[in-house]
Amino acid sequence: MGEKILMKGNEVIAEAALRAGCRHYFGYPITPQTEVAHYFAKKMPEYGGTFIQAESEIAAMNMVYGAASAGARVMTSSSSPGISLKQEAISYAACAELPAVIVNIVRAGPGLGGILASQCDYFQSTKGGGHGDYRMVVLAPSSVQELYELVVDAFNIADRYRTLCMIMGDGMLGQMMEGVEFSDQEEIFKADKGWAVTGTGMTRENNMITSIYIDPEILEKHNLKLQAKYREITENETRVETYNCDGADIIVAAYGTVARIIKNVIKTAEKEGIKVGLIRPITLWPFPTATFEKYAEVPKAFLSVEMSAGQMVEDVRLSLNGKSPVHFLGRMGGMIPTQKEILEKIREILK
Amino acid sequence: MAIVFQRPHALKETQMHYCPGCTHGIIHRMVAEVIDELGIEGTTIGVSPVGCAYNNYLYFNCDMVQAPHGRAPAVATGIKRVHPDNTVFTYQGDGDLAAIGTAEIVHAANRGEKITTIFINNAIYGMTSGQMAPTTLIGQVTTTSPFGRKPEIEGYPVNVCEMLATLKGAAFVERVSTHDIKNLNKTKRAIKKAFQVQMAGLGFSIVEVLSTCPTNWGMDPVKSLKWVEEKMIPQYPLGNFRGKDLEV
Repeated sequence: MGEKILMKGNEVIAEAALRAGCRHYFGYPITPQTEVAHYFAKKMPEYGGTFIQAESEIAAMNMVYGAASAGARVMTSSSSPGISLKQEAISYAACAELPAVIVNIVRAGPGLGGILASQCDYFQSTKGGGHGDYRMVVLAPSSVQELYELVVDAFNIADRYRTLCMIMGDGMLGQMMEGVEFSDQEEIFKADKGWAVTGTGMTRENNMITSIYIDPEILEKHNLKLQAKYREITENETRVETYNCDGADIIVAAYGTVARIIKNVIKTAEKEGIKVGLIRPITLWPFPTATFEKYAEVPKAFLSVEMSAGQMVEDVRLSLNGKSPVHFLGRMGGMIPTQKEILEKIREILK
Repeated sequence: MAIVFQRPHALKETQMHYCPGCTHGIIHRMVAEVIDELGIEGTTIGVSPVGCAYNNYLYFNCDMVQAPHGRAPAVATGIKRVHPDNTVFTYQGDGDLAAIGTAEIVHAANRGEKITTIFINNAIYGMTSGQMAPTTLIGQVTTTSPFGRKPEIEGYPVNVCEMLATLKGAAFVERVSTHDIKNLNKTKRAIKKAFQVQMAGLGFSIVEVLSTCPTNWGMDPVKSLKWVEEKMIPQYPLGNFRGKDLEV
């Protein structure tokens, strides 16, 4: 590891991507993630790569579709309204099994909403914002250091499984400056991309990248293949952090920046004799269902704290399957839940 | 015995799905002949549209990518930026290119992306059964303009070549037609030049090909060719709009 340097979350995303071997970035400006593009615009020429400010998020994601088809490590980034525009090509790329990384620095919605931090895109990211039966890996870092590590991992996961991989942060994480320590040498998964379009060189059959299968039997077969891959990803790539859960009175489910607030709540609650545990999903999809099952009988109740109207809480309920009561506390519109209100909610639940 | 006529190598033996009298097949063949003549099959990557030509990725022998509706120029941009030494072409219809994909074609042309677009204009949506296209003529009856296209309601036909020719990044812009042998020969020459412009790294190139849709026009193939000549050409004048004198 090198020395610790102070960097903004959005810039770390771009730096991490370059370190992971990404040489093609296509994006469109939107707050609060635009610094990702600024960094690439400045740095990409040094690396001999491509930076294009596309005419729209739609075009940017389709450029990703093309570059991924051509076998490159490629990335786009945006924020909520822009991610909505990318959904068409996301669905196509999922069907065509193209590896690529998409970053969503979530802002508050719906609509044009606001530019402040939110987690209101959980459903969109984990349940499929585009059409059709597809999944993509969704990684939710909670610090700038973890953001760096997960961006590098995202490229490896994408290439390993020929899948889309989303980094889901929020405006806080993107705009925040924190210490980050880069590795001297990234671990890069070297994928055999024999399927990519590179020109046949008249030495092989032609490669075809497509998402259309008119014959229903063939399309169902392709869907079954995708589902098998999603099961494999679920088995191998589910990630979660558990903290203070053994013997906890209550276990809070929270991800991303909100999980950091919970860690402070844990300290304060301890002084009152309340033991608060934390389950922090790092992969929002695949969801760490088994971890919730494991702790289902431990606390008196679970509490999902989110910057949304209650989205992840549905997966917490599904995972616990009625074995424990599940409560919810959420703020919306760019408002951040405070330690005080979380603690009050915990007291109220345990009363 | 000498072979005087055969299938171009760049075209597969796969049977095409096009309706009788449709000129897509002939245009595919000409694209494939050009690829053969330039000796670039091994380095060419094609991008298929959404529309009647959606599965022409099954017909060409070079590497192919099937793109979302209208997005072929953006997809081609991604491919070309990864493989700048390859030849990349898109094949798009009038709904794909001139309606849903207007932004993508304009900006690919404006960036001077070194790709070639074969744009098929038959003044109608074929695959979805005869709806009005941006290029539908005034008064033309379609399933979504059943009383004829009225400018006060549906606006005017879009002249893509004239529009793109205003952009500096568009190095070669030409409109050709398929209605007779003489014009088919001109079409082939234009397609070849468009590919050569790309290979010379001069910028974006597009050939708009006036084409027929006997099925959705409700005409036999011969009348359809006549219709192109008599009705379409007055709205879509043939000729070069940019890059006529480029040396390639």
